[in-house]
Parts: sequence; C-alpha cells; structure tokens
Amino acid sequence: MKTAKEILEILQKKFPEIEFSLVEDEPSDQIIFTDALKIHEICEFLRDGEGLKFDTLMNLSGVDDANGEKQTNDDGSETIVGGTLSVYYNLDSIELNHKTTLQVSTSRESPKVESVNLIWRAADWHEREAYDMLGIKFLNHPDLRRILMPYDWEEGSYPLRKDYKDPEFYQGMKVPY
Amino acid sequence: MGLLDQEFLDSNIVIAKSDDLLNWARLSSLWQLSFGLACCAIEMMATSASNYDFDRFGVMPRPTPRQADIIIISGTVTLKMAIRIKRLYEQMPDPKYIISMGSCANCGGPYWEHGYHVLKGVDRVIPVDVYVPGCPPRPEALLEGLLKLQEKIRHETLRTKKA
Amino acid sequence: MALKTEELVLNMGPQHPSTHGVLRLEVQLEGELVTKVTPHLGYLHRCFEKHAEAMTYPQVIPYTDRMDYLASMYNNFGYVIGVEKMLGIQVPERVEYIRIIMGELQRIASHMVALGTYGLDIGAFTPFLYLFRDREKILTLFEITCGARLLYNYMWVGGLSHDLHPDFERLTREFISYFRPNIDELNNLLTYNKIFVERTANIGVLPKETAINYGITGPNLRASGLKYDLRRNDPYSIYDRFDFEIPVGEGLVGTVGDCWDRFYVRVLEMEQSLKIVEQALNQLPEGDINEALPKRVKPPKGSIYQRVENPKGELGYFIISDGTVNPFRVKVRAPSFVNLAILNELSKGHLVADIIAILGSLDIVLGEIDR
Repeated sequence: MKTAKEILEILQKKFPEIEFSLVEDEPSDQIIFTDALKIHEICEFLRDGEGLKFDTLMNLSGVDDANGEKQTNDDGSETIVGGTLSVYYNLDSIELNHKTTLQVSTSRESPKVESVNLIWRAADWHEREAYDMLGIKFLNHPDLRRILMPYDWEEGSYPLRKDYKDPEFYQGMKVPY
Repeated sequence: MGLLDQEFLDSNIVIAKSDDLLNWARLSSLWQLSFGLACCAIEMMATSASNYDFDRFGVMPRPTPRQADIIIISGTVTLKMAIRIKRLYEQMPDPKYIISMGSCANCGGPYWEHGYHVLKGVDRVIPVDVYVPGCPPRPEALLEGLLKLQEKIRHETLRTKKA
Repeated sequence: MALKTEELVLNMGPQHPSTHGVLRLEVQLEGELVTKVTPHLGYLHRCFEKHAEAMTYPQVIPYTDRMDYLASMYNNFGYVIGVEKMLGIQVPERVEYIRIIMGELQRIASHMVALGTYGLDIGAFTPFLYLFRDREKILTLFEITCGARLLYNYMWVGGLSHDLHPDFERLTREFISYFRPNIDELNNLLTYNKIFVERTANIGVLPKETAINYGITGPNLRASGLKYDLRRNDPYSIYDRFDFEIPVGEGLVGTVGDCWDRFYVRVLEMEQSLKIVEQALNQLPEGDINEALPKRVKPPKGSIYQRVENPKGELGYFIISDGTVNPFRVKVRAPSFVNLAILNELSKGHLVADIIAILGSLDIVLGEIDR
C-alpha cells in the first residue's frame, strides 16, 4: 500500500525533468498531475517499478473541464473557447493491492496525449472512446478511430464536450425529438 | 379430443372465404425475426421461454429475415442501427408486420431529450403495426400486442391494399 | 503448382442470433481458420454519460439500470455507494443487508441468462428453458419487492425505494432450497455433456498474464486461475462479514482458462451466491430503511472511482462533482466493454464456429458495452 504522496516521491526521484504536482481530491486520495506528453514513460515505470507494480489500468476517462471562455452564439447556444481537456488514469496493482489516480491535461484546441496502449492493452478501447467522445488525440495509438459513434459521423463533432450541439439530420433521419 | 373429431370420416370439402382462410393461416404462424436490441429483448426472450411460451401462438424465431413474417423492434433504436433495421425490413417478404416493443422503440423513451445518438421512434424509418408501451413491457403486454396484431390480420382482405 | 488462396472477410451481425445483441464482428479467414476478428460497437450507444451530466444524482439511477440490463440491481449498487461516499452517508445496517441479498440474487439471475444462452449458442436448447424457468422465480422475488421485473430503480442514494415484502424472506428461502438441486441438474444436463465439453474444452485459452494486461475481470479472470474478487480484495458494503469461496478455473476437462472453465466458474458462483443470500437472511436486522435518505443530494467538489464486483466483472463509476446537483462527469468502466477487447486475441487460429463459443463464454451485454 502506497499513498499518492509516496508514489509522487518515487516518481520525482526517477524523472527529475518532468513536472509533477498533487491535486487535492475528496473523498479519494490525492491525484498525481503530470505531463501529457510524458505519460507513457511514467506509466511504464509505474507498471514495472519496484514497489509500484501497477499491473492493470482499471479505467481511463476523458473529461471536458469546461474552464475556457464561454461565448454566446446568435442562436443562443454556447461555445467554449480555450481551456483544457483532461484524462484520468485509475491504476490498480493486483499484486500489491494498491491504487492510484493520474491526471494529465491538454489544450482544447489541439488535444494531444501520449497513448498508454502498449503498456496496458486495456487502454486500447478506452482511448478510442475518449477520442470518439471528446476528440482527444492519442499519439502512437495504432488504431485511433471512432468506436461508439458511426464512422461517418460529422468530423470534429464530439458529443461529450460541454458545448456539443446535436446535428439536425444524420443520413436523412431527424435527430432531435 | 380435437374439435373436429369424428366429423370427417370420408374425404370432404370445407367451404371458406379465401380471405378468411388466408388470414387464418397467416395469423396462426407468425414467424418472428430473431433479433433483439436492448433491455426489451430480454423480456422478449423471457416471453419465448418456459413461463410465457410464445410458441403457443405460432411465433417461432427465425434467424433470417427472408423467412420471417414479423419483426419485433425490442429496444432502443440508435442512428447507427436504424439503417440496418431498415435494410432488415426491406429484406423481409410481404406480407410483413412490425411490433414496436417498449418506449424506446415507440418514441425514444427515456432517451428522448439528450439522446444524440438515439432515433426517437422506430416509425421514423419503418411503418409500425402495433405499439406496445412499457419500459420494458411485461411479457403479458407483448402477448397482448401480438393478439392485437392477430386481430388486425384477421380483418385484412385481399381486395384493398393494406394501410 | 501451389493452390492460390486468398483471405475471406466474413461479416457477423449486427443481426445475428449468436452475437448477444447488436454486435458486429468482421472476421478475416484463412480457409477455415480465423486470422483476425474486429468487433464494431456502438449499435446500442444510448448516450448514458451525456444523460448523467444533464440529470441530478438520483435521476441517474434509472439510467444505470439500463446499462447492464441483466444486472440492474448491481448497477444501482455501484452507483449509489459511490455517491454515498462522496456525501459521507452511512446507510442503516438493514439497507446494507437488503442490498447484498438483492445483489447476489441478481448475480444468480444474470449467470442464469449467461449459461442458458451459452447453451443455446452451442446448440443445446433445453438448458435455456430450464434456466429461464428458474430465473422467473428470482424475478418474482424482485417484483414483490419493488414492482418491476427487469429494471428496478430499487437502490437509492442513502436507502432503498421499498422495504422488503413480509413474504420475501419465506419465498427466498423456498427459492434457495428449490434451486440448489437444480444446479446439479444443470451440471448433468449441460456442463458434463460430451458434446458441450468437446465444443468448449481447450478452446479460447486465456493465460493469466494476458488477462491482467487486458484488464479482464470477473468470472473471466477467475477462470484463468487468479483468485481475484473485489468482494474480497477491495471489500465494499459489508461483504467482509460473509463466508464464501471464490471459485477459480482449474482446467477440469481441458486447459485452465478455456471456455469450459469460464462456464463452470459461473456455475460455481451461483452456489456461492446462494450461500451469501442465506447468511444475509439469517443476520437481517430490523430497522428503518429510509433513515439516512438525504434531503438534497449535492456532493462537495471532488471525484471518486468506485468499483464493485458486477456479475460480469469490475464495474467502476468515475464520478466528478463540481458541487452542484448534477454530476460534472460520470464515466463508466463497463466490465463487458473491457472483456470484449480480448476477443481478437482469443479467436486467432480457431475455427469460425469457435468464435461463437468464445464470445458466448465472455458473457457480454451490449447495453453496457455501448452504454
């Protein structure tokens, strides 16, 4: 069992050039915040490192932080400009029975995060889902395409973004009620 | 013993209206396209299984649309699936009937407001004969829907085109 | 002269009797042998996560029902204990016990469908009818409790929608004594059936290390020989008070981690669930079930990842609250979604008919995969 603080110390010793910080989070343990473009190196170490052994990725969630500037359009709808999208990694070690959470953030305009697909194969579909729902591009993912929405869904339209607007028609079928 | 026991000792002739005969034949063996979508499909399975026994109404699952008479839309129709449902419907031979089972297939159900990927009612792509309400409908409700469909078929005629 | 061969692409689904719903598989074949399986999902994508953001916390519960519709009770369970932890609510003892009883009955019902339809996929129709006959008895128990057969909305944040019916305890005990011998009947009918064993033993062998790397959980992981069950390894609710075994795959008729093992682990789990229900009924305390119901569900800022052992595997809710009455984000880690990803790995080198055997043994529910 290791707390987020202890894990953070190990990580800072191993990767002195990468920035880490702790995010307070109630009621869970703190979240380790780090660099989106270095996440694969960190995760590889977390999987293999002595005393860490995070052998499974329980969950990977993309989140729209909605912290940009809100602009009201002519038709009353809102668009968010700027701000960030985040990805949360919930890791678990079956061997040592401890858990931790990582968070990375990336810009909303060109969201890029390194893929951890090669470290945990479980990440494959989770990353595709995050791409499908939020448009986060996972670099070095072997097969990054939409997974739940149709393949011919409108380019650049990501449903879980907070300012998403329904299209009027899809293939001749009316979408709104 | 059967209803007509001892009635036909010799070869015999039965006179019936062709409408009645064809309708009777149709409504007593409605083969269903074995095809489930969502939660309602589980209730549909329960209806076909031991306790409710869909078979006694002549409803048998057929895995191919080419041999099916009715299609039960059992669950939420998404935009991605709607195109396939339309194709399945077009592959079925006439006469063909549709039961829309559950609120989702009727009108979008609980997903009507924020369901960006849900078709709000299967009747936007294919014509529906009987709507069965409920989320999900009980097996009894589905049986009632089937009886209503049989009622509808009983009053069909060869002369006018069916609506 | 060498025979000229070329790859054949075979399409299965979305309307296919053996894909358990609306899954489409694109199968690449080299003669009769499978070289690659690509699942195409999303034919039942009902936008759960968008709905969760638009609803208040209690309003999300009915939508969790509709994800894994074979285990609705357990989906409620995971969500409400997650929200309760955020609110810092301690629910009454009676509620905890009732939740466990319902959850374990639901596990049995879910496994019944899994085993029954698996028999159906392989070509055995009778076990399906037998298991559905028994499943109706569990549904009756749920129905007298909360009035619904399939989707219950039974567990609320801080309590339950209804207390138990006065007859519930008697009927449940009757069910337990009725169903115990039926497990043996199922074993005689299907589990040790020669044809069934031929179809499932040594097919789709899943080694332990691969399973962990792919994030496989639940009976599928345990069939590979790892004793890992969240009810024991990361206890939630009051599971630490009960005495039960965690069955693992032993490769009785084939290799550890084959389809037969995945099937048999579920059969054994039903027995263990009966045991838990029995113990919970014996210890069931009296009390008011709605004592801890909060007036307003408005968790403070923060996030939680709550996981429970759903009949299919690890069901996780990652809930972020921004301090309002609506969740900011609810991401569901659906067990079937993760378990299905292994299909390509397992099917390689097998025959086309074996894909059906492998897919059935993974016990997927499309409502949960697509959400």
